[in-house]
Amino acid sequence: MPLATLISDVGAPSFMERVIFGHSPLPWQAALYDCVLVAAVFLPAVSLIAMFGIWWERKVAGHIQSRIGPNRVGPFGLLQSVADGLKLLLKEDLRPRDADPVLFRLAPYLAFTPAFAAFLVLPFAPDFTFEPRLNVGVFWVLAVLSVEVMGVILAGWASNNKWSVYGAMREACQMVSYEIPLGIAILVGVMAAGTLNMVKLGVLQSGGLHTWLIFRNPFTLLAFFVYFVASLASNKRAPFDLPESESELVAGFHTEYSGLRFSFFFFAEYAAMFVIGGIQTSLFLGGWNDPLGLIGYLHPRLAQAWAAHPSMTSGLWLFVLNCAAVGMFVLKCLSIVFVQMWLRWTLPRPRIDQVLYACIKVLLPLSCVLLLGAALWQLLVPEMALQPWAQYRPWNPGDWSAHGRLAAFVVQCVLAMVGAGAFMAVIGWVAYAWMTGRKIKQRLTDPAPIADGVPLAAVGA
Amino acid sequence: MNGLLTSGYFLLADQGADPKSSWAPIVLLILIAVGFAVVNIAASLIIGPSRTGPGKEQTYESGMVPIGDTRRRFNVRFYIVAMIFLVFDVEIVFLYPWAAIFAKGVAQKSGSDFGGGMLLVEMLIFVAILLVAYFYAWGKGVFRWD
Repeated sequence: MPLATLISDVGAPSFMERVIFGHSPLPWQAALYDCVLVAAVFLPAVSLIAMFGIWWERKVAGHIQSRIGPNRVGPFGLLQSVADGLKLLLKEDLRPRDADPVLFRLAPYLAFTPAFAAFLVLPFAPDFTFEPRLNVGVFWVLAVLSVEVMGVILAGWASNNKWSVYGAMREACQMVSYEIPLGIAILVGVMAAGTLNMVKLGVLQSGGLHTWLIFRNPFTLLAFFVYFVASLASNKRAPFDLPESESELVAGFHTEYSGLRFSFFFFAEYAAMFVIGGIQTSLFLGGWNDPLGLIGYLHPRLAQAWAAHPSMTSGLWLFVLNCAAVGMFVLKCLSIVFVQMWLRWTLPRPRIDQVLYACIKVLLPLSCVLLLGAALWQLLVPEMALQPWAQYRPWNPGDWSAHGRLAAFVVQCVLAMVGAGAFMAVIGWVAYAWMTGRKIKQRLTDPAPIADGVPLAAVGA
Repeated sequence: MNGLLTSGYFLLADQGADPKSSWAPIVLLILIAVGFAVVNIAASLIIGPSRTGPGKEQTYESGMVPIGDTRRRFNVRFYIVAMIFLVFDVEIVFLYPWAAIFAKGVAQKSGSDFGGGMLLVEMLIFVAILLVAYFYAWGKGVFRWD
C-alpha cells in the first residue's frame, strides 16, 4: 500500500485534530500532528510514568520495610530517577567478549520499543487516545507486550552468562505458560463487551460503577483476579520474578548489562506495569469513567455542544472534562501498580516448577471454566449492551426493566456493592498500616526511645 | 437522542460497524521510539568512557574465572511446557474474533440458532478438541517435574 494511502486512510479525525486544523486535516497535517504529539507529549509522558514508577517502587519498599526510601534528590526524593538516569548515561557501555555482538545490542531495543508502543491505544480519555481507531486495540497491546518478552529472552541468551541463561529459560517458560490464562481472562471481558476497541470499551462502561465490566457478572469479577495474577507473571513481577531473582541468579537476564542498556530493561518493566494496569482498567474497571458516571453523562453533551458551535468556551469545557477523565484513568492504573508493588514486598518467591504447574494445573482449568460460565451467563441473563446515557439511564431501574434487563441490573448492583465494599476495606487496611507504620518508624528512628512516657535512657535500658 | 451520536469520533464508533483502522501513526510511533532509544545509546557511547580490557570483558561468574561454556543442554521440562503452550495459544488467537461477536450474536435473537446458543456450541466443540490434548498430556505425566 502506498504511503499516501496509509496516511490518508484514517477515518474520522480526533477531537484535538479538529480543534487545531478545522474539520478534516490534510494527510500531511495529520502526519505532522502525529509526529509532534509523539515527540512532545508521548515520549515525555511515558518516560515520566516509568521514572515515577521506579521512584515510587523504592518509596513503597522503604515504607513497607520501615525505612524512609529515597529522600535526598529533590522534594521527597522525586528526582532520584532523573539523577540515576543521568548517572547511567555517563557510564561505560560494556559488552562481554563471549556475548553475541549483534543480539546483545539488539535486546534492549526489543524490550524498550514494545513497552512504548503499547501506550498507543490506552484510552486515557474519550478524546485523548493516540490511536482511537484501532479496532484490535486489546489484541495489539497483548501482541506488543509479548515482543517485549522476546527482548528479555534474547538478552539472557546473548549474554552467554550462566546466570543470564537460567533467567532467560525461566522467563521463556513462565511467559508461555501464563499467556494462556491471561488471554482467556481477557476473552471473558471481551465477550461481555463485544469489542476490542479500547475507546469503545470505555464508552460502554460510562454509566457508573454497576456498568463496569468487572461487575457485569460473577465470571468477569473472577476473571479480573485471574488476569491480575497472570499479568504479574507475564511481566515478571514478584512473586513471579524468577527471571531476575536477585538472591539466586545475581541479576538474572540482565547480569551482563550496564549503563543505559541496563536502564532500558527497567524502563520497559515499569512502563509495562502501567500498561497492564491500563488494560485492566479499561477492560474491567471502567476506563476513564468515574464511579458515578458523571464523565460518561457530561461528555456526549459537551461534545455535541462543541460540534454544534465550535467556540472557545465549549471547546475548553470539553478539554477540561477530558483532563478529568485522564486523571481518573491514571489514578486507577496507579492503584493497580501500587498493588503490584505491595505484593512484591510482601510475598516470597516460589520455585520454578511450582510457578509453572500452578499455572497449568490451576489457573488454566479455572480460566476455561470462567470462559464457559461467562458464555452461559450471557445466554441466560440478558444484559444491557447499549450505550449508557444515550439509549437508557443507567441509574434508573425502570429503564432496565423496560428493556427486560431487570435481572442484570440487580446482579450488577449487588456485585458493584460487594466490589465497592472490598475496595473500601483495602483502603482502610492501607490507611491503618500507614498510620501504625509511622508510629513504628518514629520509635525506631527516635534517638531517645520512649517507653511508657519515660525515656529509656533514664530507666537505664 | 440520535443527534448526540453524530458528534465525537468515539460516538461515531458506536454506530455498529467498527471504523477503519489506521496503521500509519503506529508505524510512526514505533520509529520514533526506536529513534529515541538509538539516540540515547549513541549519546551514552559518546559521553561515557570506553576503557576496556581482558579482565573487564570477561563473563561475570561471581568473581571466579568462568568454568566451561554456557551453551549446554537444558532440562527437557522447559521444552514440554512450550509445547503445551503451542496447543493453547493458537486456540486463544482463534477465540478472539469469536468473543468479539458473541455479545452481538446473543443480542440478535433468532429462532434458528437458539439466540446465540449455536455460537456457544461451536466454541465448546473447538475447546473440547483441545482439552483432549490437555488431558492426554496430563495423563502422560507431562505436568510432573520430577
